[in-house]
Amino acid sequence: MATTIAPTSIAPEQTASGTRGRKPLNAGRVAAWAAMIIIILITLFPFYWMLRTSFSTSKALFLEPGKLGPVDFTLGAYKRVLGLATTAEAQAEGGSGASVDFFLYLRNSTIFAVVATAGQVFFSALAAYAFARLRWPGRDIVFFAFLTALMVPPIFTALPNFILIKNLGLLGTFPGLIAPYFFMTPFAVFFLRQFFLGINREVEEAAKLDGAGLWMVFFRIILPMSWAPITTLAILTLINMWNEYLWPLLVGTNDSTRVLNVALGVFRSQTPQTGPDWAGLMAAVLIAALPLLIVFMFFAKRIVNSIGFSGSK
Amino acid sequence: MSTATAPVDSATGAATPPVGKGTNRPPGKSDLSMALVFIAPALFGFLVFYLYPTIRGIYFSLTRYNILGRPRFIGIDNYTRLFGDALFWNAMKVTLEYVALNILFQTILAVGIGVLMQRLTKNTAVRAVILLPFLISNVIAALVWFLMLDFQVGIVNEILANIGLDRITFFGGDATAIPTIAAVNVWRHMGYTALLIFAGLQTIPDYVYEAAAVDGSTEWRSFWRITLPLLRPILALVLVITVTGSFQIFDTVNVTTRGGPGNASRVIQYYIVQKGFTEGQFGYASAISFVLFVILAIVALVQLRLLRAGESDLA
Repeated sequence: MATTIAPTSIAPEQTASGTRGRKPLNAGRVAAWAAMIIIILITLFPFYWMLRTSFSTSKALFLEPGKLGPVDFTLGAYKRVLGLATTAEAQAEGGSGASVDFFLYLRNSTIFAVVATAGQVFFSALAAYAFARLRWPGRDIVFFAFLTALMVPPIFTALPNFILIKNLGLLGTFPGLIAPYFFMTPFAVFFLRQFFLGINREVEEAAKLDGAGLWMVFFRIILPMSWAPITTLAILTLINMWNEYLWPLLVGTNDSTRVLNVALGVFRSQTPQTGPDWAGLMAAVLIAALPLLIVFMFFAKRIVNSIGFSGSK
Repeated sequence: MSTATAPVDSATGAATPPVGKGTNRPPGKSDLSMALVFIAPALFGFLVFYLYPTIRGIYFSLTRYNILGRPRFIGIDNYTRLFGDALFWNAMKVTLEYVALNILFQTILAVGIGVLMQRLTKNTAVRAVILLPFLISNVIAALVWFLMLDFQVGIVNEILANIGLDRITFFGGDATAIPTIAAVNVWRHMGYTALLIFAGLQTIPDYVYEAAAVDGSTEWRSFWRITLPLLRPILALVLVITVTGSFQIFDTVNVTTRGGPGNASRVIQYYIVQKGFTEGQFGYASAISFVLFVILAIVALVQLRLLRAGESDLA
């Protein structure tokens, strides 16, 4: 592994200077591919290390930290995380006997991410339609106001929002956790408006002439025509929500609303006397990442191709 | 304040959910009333969770406020206090150091990866692999690297020891904490940034390169003379996204160093959360976050200028 970690920063330079001209294509391409492979290895290695560590015994890890495969192979870490191991078994393998209610946090993360995403994408689509397709006084000013909100750092609104949620008595509840993300984000509105602007007006006009109301137009024409960008936005939002940390940390303070991300932090600080339960932690981390990895497997192409859009406009 | 709350209430009234199925409506209706219905939920969210807290946050920053009592107006005292607060200046310094390191390495690597992808393979699978770290949370990325960089059991230190170098207390060292946190976040974000750059590279037409090659330009020269200049607009945009993002580093610090050792990694957002939520000094925390807000706004304005400056290059 030494080779994969050390030369990262040097690699791109080598490639660049190695790829001189069109003629010595081979040497240049070999160097370029070498750089690419090193980058891919660095990208993937930590994922492998999670896997390898999760199949190890935490106590044994300290004896052979450099072993590339699992140390003292066991499924114990997964049993521990999923609550299938007894306290004695857990402690024997170097876990803290404390129980982690993994499925509860998984449920919480799912509720938070899915509900927030659904609401945000749907309501943002409605608003984006009004901004892109309807004529009304003040439209551009309101849209500009929405856009300026992009500049406000989340921490700045998090302080007053926390007070608001607290005063409403919603700390530690799902409504409190979800509300700030449920109705819109400036980005979602902006993202969808760009697509709606591009839809052919004639289709819409034709439907209106046939007597279709705006609701009809929106649900029967605009939504179906924009299904691709809407799913793309939904997936990107889901990733963001699943990975959200600060707000759930502040508001999802009790077990019934604590999300995985926050729980992982808590899990890490429950250190048994022998040292951190690395195997358990890595098993937990892998299971926490799994739902998104599965979603990604299905939509990888679409997500990858959409990234350019999310940045460029 | 009152101006902000009034529209909120009216919006709530109008927010009767447009959830029902699309029923026919007579086409004669004016766009305005329909537009209001379409926009009502989003407007409600905007007013309640963006505009109102922004105004309220600015107000809080002018008060002494621990959550228990009522905010007491104290003018700009919080801001004058900032000037004498060594921890604040330290947080500022540490954050800038983090931003500089993070942006420098992330941008160079991302441009490198973007160019490699453009020149070698446009295979989606490669791009998907590069994007993988972006799928996991900062928390997970931090935890994995916390293990890999651990002083005793970390694989990186094992390697260092095996090749005869000294072990490094990556997260635990005064001088290494911030570079380490920066490296972890470069690892998580470089693929995403590379894809943004890659998208920008796709807009550069092939014939430009072909013409250059005909003129005898080497790849290396083409990169400096064609790619980078034409990439400037997207690069400016990418920089602003990543700079504003990295100013707000928090997750990684919170699960690894918790600001330490000493104050070595107490970045600005960590300091805000600590002042506000741990110590209950909401007014003061609001003042610090307003300063952060202003810094980010300035960064965004610089972005606009850079973008305008770049527009001419593309056409």
